[in-house]
Amino acid sequence: MNIAIVVNVVIEGVLTGLIYGLMALGLSVIFGVVRVVNFAHGEFAVVAMYAAYLLFVNFGLDPIVSLFPIAAVFFFVGYALQTVLINRFVDRSEHEQFILLVGLAIVIVNGLLMIFGPDARPTNLPYSFDSYAIGPLFVDKARVYAAVGALVVAAALFAFFRYTSIGTAIRACADNRTGAAVVGLNIKRLYALTFGLGLACVGAAGALMVPIADASPLLSQAFTLLAFTIVIVGGLGSMAGALIGGVVIGVSEALASFFMAPSMKSMVSFALLVAVLVLRPQGLMGRRI
Amino acid sequence: MKDLWSAIPRRGRVILLVAITLLLAAPMVLDRYLISIFVLIFYFAYVGQAWNLMMGFAGQLSLGHALYAGLGGYVAALLWFYFGIGPWLGVFAGVAVAATFGAVIGWLGFRFGIEGVYFALLTIAFAEFTRIAFDNMAFTGGAGGLFLLYDAQRSHEWWNLRGGPLLFYYLGLALAAAAAILTARLARSRIGFQWLAVREDQQAALALGINVFRVKMIAVLISSGMTAIGGVLIAFYYNNLFPAQAFDIGRSIEIILAPVIGGLGTIFGPIVGAFILTPLGEGLIALTVSLGVNVPGAKAVFYGLTLMAIITLRPDGVWPWLKRLLGLTETES
Amino acid sequence: MTSILDVDGVTKRFRGVLAVDQVTFGVEAGAIFAVIGPNGAGKTTLFNTIAGVFAPDTGSISFSGRQIDGLPPNEICARGIARTFQIVRPFPALSVEDNVIVGALLHLRDVGAARERARALLRRLDLFGKRNQRAANLTLPDRKRLEVARALATEPRLLLLDEVMAGLRPTEIDRMVTTLRDINRESGVTILLIEHVMRAVMALAERVLVLDHGTAIAQGAPEAIVRDPAVVQSYLGQSSLGIEAV
Repeated sequence: MNIAIVVNVVIEGVLTGLIYGLMALGLSVIFGVVRVVNFAHGEFAVVAMYAAYLLFVNFGLDPIVSLFPIAAVFFFVGYALQTVLINRFVDRSEHEQFILLVGLAIVIVNGLLMIFGPDARPTNLPYSFDSYAIGPLFVDKARVYAAVGALVVAAALFAFFRYTSIGTAIRACADNRTGAAVVGLNIKRLYALTFGLGLACVGAAGALMVPIADASPLLSQAFTLLAFTIVIVGGLGSMAGALIGGVVIGVSEALASFFMAPSMKSMVSFALLVAVLVLRPQGLMGRRI
Repeated sequence: MKDLWSAIPRRGRVILLVAITLLLAAPMVLDRYLISIFVLIFYFAYVGQAWNLMMGFAGQLSLGHALYAGLGGYVAALLWFYFGIGPWLGVFAGVAVAATFGAVIGWLGFRFGIEGVYFALLTIAFAEFTRIAFDNMAFTGGAGGLFLLYDAQRSHEWWNLRGGPLLFYYLGLALAAAAAILTARLARSRIGFQWLAVREDQQAALALGINVFRVKMIAVLISSGMTAIGGVLIAFYYNNLFPAQAFDIGRSIEIILAPVIGGLGTIFGPIVGAFILTPLGEGLIALTVSLGVNVPGAKAVFYGLTLMAIITLRPDGVWPWLKRLLGLTETES
Repeated sequence: MTSILDVDGVTKRFRGVLAVDQVTFGVEAGAIFAVIGPNGAGKTTLFNTIAGVFAPDTGSISFSGRQIDGLPPNEICARGIARTFQIVRPFPALSVEDNVIVGALLHLRDVGAARERARALLRRLDLFGKRNQRAANLTLPDRKRLEVARALATEPRLLLLDEVMAGLRPTEIDRMVTTLRDINRESGVTILLIEHVMRAVMALAERVLVLDHGTAIAQGAPEAIVRDPAVVQSYLGQSSLGIEAV
């Protein structure tokens, strides 16, 4: 066994995992504040992939660039969705919220299927096949760009929550909804902002996914489950946990595809999910209540 | 039986008798295509009832019920395929295997306090895990699928579920009716009340001496076993099984549609839901085909929108509303 | 003079904070026994420890001479200790009658028999006319009565009542007091109540235990308790203890 190959696989897993982590970050933020589980999360990621694909094919826009307009549009979509629909569900029972978003997921994935058909759409960037050679290691350029992009967006989100007054208000709202309402914060608007931010995250992540995966409706459910797995492994509501969980899942899937078979990589994530649910339900980074 | 019958208001009994008579006689006038739609209606009413038992009554959200249907179908089909063991025996093996999986999932979930959405994810994880495992197992046919040969010589062997649509029509009808009666019986029994108590408030249920773990385990065992029987029916009806379909999360969602739309925790909800949804979906396909714009996904988009509309506007489902409309609600004193 | 419940040196701490500290007392069979004390005195923790929500850190609890500490709540209930919740928790979507049937089904297998028992109890607690209403639609006093009916349906020998008077108007308190006293006399069920409403404690309890900061500071007949200097001290500025009672 060549150690260099294994190291290469691990690096690839870390880079992919950071993009996964950004996607999961969106889910985690939405859950942490709005307390609604976005079961259509992966579906939104795939919509963003198609958007990035179309922007590249029609206007030659690199996904690293197009992630900004995509994230902006997704923010408004999320804001509108929360205002019009999901705010009516925040006080409903968990299974009703869940079924609403399952319905939304079905509509999105099959809408994509109607528009684009089941075939995968590859985006052939000029640097798609370039890689950095570091000693015996070869790292895909596209993957590095995408991972750096994911880190930048995640850092911006961290900064927003820590240093802006709206970010602080949202955190207050997550900690204590009643208290936040008492001090006069507009909860529904903060929820809408949060859902918008969560979708902006997943929009950016979807765009960044394009250099390393071909857009296909069939990815949606896998992405949703992946995002849930990451968030639960990392700890629901923990922002750092989402990124770390992303890397954990990215690396374990990369190793599983390498040592077992690519078709079996998800089995490792699911095994990890079950193990975390049973042994450490608060996740790796979460606090026990 | 007698107490169940007498609990139905007079007008309801008339409607029920007429409906049953019509369904028994319908195959005389239905063509092959319409019969196939009714088979699907009965199938979804049946498995929907099984899921309803667990979610609507015991309050445990499973999004992995395709696992139990798939396991039931695969086990019975494999026994038939390799050993010629008929499905009437195979169904017992299928139920046993599915219930074992149900027991493992239930034990993990209920023993370790995995609840609500987390429990739903646990059920999804097991279904997906099994799908991938079946994709990679040679003796089940792998991802390429398992095919039951249709032998014209044996097409009269109805006892081996070898027969035409009519056989499956009546079998499906019998199963759907049996599931409704079973659910009604359970709902009026001790365990039924205990399920409702657990669904409403686990702490209060514990304080009333209910062994919450045991009560939930019974729900998952009955529900998974029942679902497996539906899986056997549908496997021998279609004569083929693919892991990507049988265990798919999409299939699990299909199973929950009828009870959610019809009305969770009601006896007639899954039936009403199946009678509304399946014909509408199939009708939509027929319409798009006849217009020459057959787009894959249209039916599912329609299902998704229906699901969203119902859960937003009428979260109790269609049946409670329909019941009032038909004047079937008992007047409360 | 046989005690049905023996609490012996029970201690319970949460993250290092002593909620209940070395509490010892016994409740005689058939008696009405009250636990009082200022807010945060550890009453509800003590109560939850008896009901099996937590196991005590040290000490033991016996019911009818058999040790019960560490058993889960459903086992404790099955042995004959029923409870109500301070913040009432009826099964909201079920009818009033079905709520009580759930309790009655602990020892009865047959739903018909359970229904009969439930109806008898609903008559007893003046809820019979409301038996087909959804529990969620009841007023607070009715919900409190429903909690009592549901607990009694499990045929307990000891009934734990966690502030069943809280939030009730004086006339409703008197009604509840009468009901509880009658039930105690007719069925012989022992009652252990946690109560803030001194008016009810004075009217009902034969013995009173006073908790303060987790420790038992006094125990005795209610008339003696309200004159106990330690008790008056702990209540100073807290409530109108005694003023109405003495």
